[in-house]
Amino acid sequence: MSKPRADAYQEFIKGLWRENPVFAQVLGMCPMLAVTNSAVNALAMGGATFFVLVASSLLVATLKRWIPRQVRISTYVIIIATFVTVTDYTLQALIPEIHKELGAFIPLIVANCLILGRQESFASRQPVRLALMDAAGMGAGFLFALLALGSVREVLGEGAWFGIDLFGPGFEPWVIMILPPGGFLTLGLLLLLFSWIAERRQRLAERLAELETQTR
Amino acid sequence: MSQDPDLTPAASDTRPAEPTSLRLVTALSLAGLLSGIIIVSVYEATLPTITAYQARMLREAVFEVLPGIERIQRLVYRDGILVAEDAEDTDDEAIFGGYGGSGELVGYAIPSAGPGFQDTIRLLYGYLPSQRQVSGMEILESRETPGLGDKIYKDQSFVDAFRGLAIDPEIRAVKKGTASAVNEVDAITGATISSKAVVRIINEGNQRWLARLAVPGDQPTEERPEPPATGG
Amino acid sequence: MNELFWIFISALLINNFVLAYFLGLCPFLGVSGRLETALRLGLATLFVMLITALCAWLLNTYVLIHAPYLRLISFIVVIASTVQFIEMVIRKVSPGLFRALGIFLPLITTNCAILGLAIFATNRGYGLAEGLMYALGAGLGFTLALVLMAGLREESELAPVPRLLRGTALNLIIAGILSMAFMGFAGLFSTV
Repeated sequence: MSKPRADAYQEFIKGLWRENPVFAQVLGMCPMLAVTNSAVNALAMGGATFFVLVASSLLVATLKRWIPRQVRISTYVIIIATFVTVTDYTLQALIPEIHKELGAFIPLIVANCLILGRQESFASRQPVRLALMDAAGMGAGFLFALLALGSVREVLGEGAWFGIDLFGPGFEPWVIMILPPGGFLTLGLLLLLFSWIAERRQRLAERLAELETQTR
Repeated sequence: MSQDPDLTPAASDTRPAEPTSLRLVTALSLAGLLSGIIIVSVYEATLPTITAYQARMLREAVFEVLPGIERIQRLVYRDGILVAEDAEDTDDEAIFGGYGGSGELVGYAIPSAGPGFQDTIRLLYGYLPSQRQVSGMEILESRETPGLGDKIYKDQSFVDAFRGLAIDPEIRAVKKGTASAVNEVDAITGATISSKAVVRIINEGNQRWLARLAVPGDQPTEERPEPPATGG
Repeated sequence: MNELFWIFISALLINNFVLAYFLGLCPFLGVSGRLETALRLGLATLFVMLITALCAWLLNTYVLIHAPYLRLISFIVVIASTVQFIEMVIRKVSPGLFRALGIFLPLITTNCAILGLAIFATNRGYGLAEGLMYALGAGLGFTLALVLMAGLREESELAPVPRLLRGTALNLIIAGILSMAFMGFAGLFSTV
């Protein structure tokens, strides 16, 4: 508690990579795989989830004093469902074309275990400021993962990124990538990539430590 | 998660020892009440935009499937005849009449819906009674598989096949490249079920509406001298 | 009759909740380690889905006509409380059944497949019979996917797999191949 600014920064940054909700914890995949067949959809879904997560965490952290422990889960669910409904109608009014594509999957944000998990394990027991940073970090990490997945699938499956044609007419799109199996395969391979990078980093750190002790 | 387990006791200090069930019920009802108020106000605030958008899309679709019309009029089937009706709060099924520059009836735009491969497909098609032809088709809503089934509106050659398509005895979807008769459409490779669904939905729309359109003397022409600037 | 059968087959094989809609992935990846657990979880889900279809139909027919904006909240609250109530009844009436399915019931209620079922059935405007048939197909399809996955995973534990690939990454890739295989079922019904 001596360095509150550094603490808050830490809470934010951990969600981006080290504790990334998708790559490190494999949470909240139900709604994400179905809509990540293009980068735009992934961005919209990630943005919606980000908003719901941050708003719910803020409210839960503020109200935690007055929420009785026995009914806390029900209260969290009501809060989350409220924000999801609000997001649903707002997206439908602001960007109807994209809302049409995401369709039934926006209400399913409620069932995203990541959001309820953050309320239970973090927002309900931390000060408002830290809860906000944690939610923003986790939300951004989720958005980042969705965007990565959506980009890979759109680039390979349509030969385009955000609707911009990349390879010209000579490219035969890998249609399988935007179909359901492509979602599973892409996420599996991205997880593999994530753990490979994480392990290389760890080995590098160990090597450095070793070198340091040798030179001393 | 394992982070900061040492902070948990601090949070539990603020809790009352044993809340009564009255308190629990009060807390939950308050949460429910608040959430209800928020949801209703957002719903009321966004509803006009959402309905306006849907009305605009429908209007654009009508002009798309009935080429060459100048004006449209919402029509409902009531007591055995078609009558002009702008109010959308009645339960009657509605179609749209499209009129040319001199006020003559060109054709009808008929909405129809049915199950596709994944979910309900809603579409609008134009019908020219003078030629017994479909003059165009536009998908209003579908959640067909991206990359395959969504070609029913992304594949231009499929959409174009519905321009000037004879409806007698009924429209048929046939294997890609074998459409030869005037009432046949090439199905999309890899999206046969979706293609057939589109054709079936149009045939069903015809079954429901053509008899009603054929009632003698029902050709609704201009009822008002001044065409309205914006529809319903 | 024909239509009901089509709804059933479509939810069971072609639009399988797990392999085509990615619903219920958390239990799919978490609990599919052992064949027997997978089967029990699947059947418990089927049970909750049938109740959900009934609740969703009641809500849609009698309540939500007047207040469509309360759909999400009322689905969650009503389904969760109904399942909790039934759980208590089962515990009283049949301890054996409770031991087999009971521990899963609260877990399942928060599962996206349940909410997904309610929302999809509403979007398609299903009536009571259609909704129950849809739930039956979706529940059995979920069980099928879970059991198949458990069988594959039990085998893959014995296979020499690179260390980095073990765990979720491998399971997702297996699920991808399974999903590809299920896409073949779509061909069953295209007869042009």
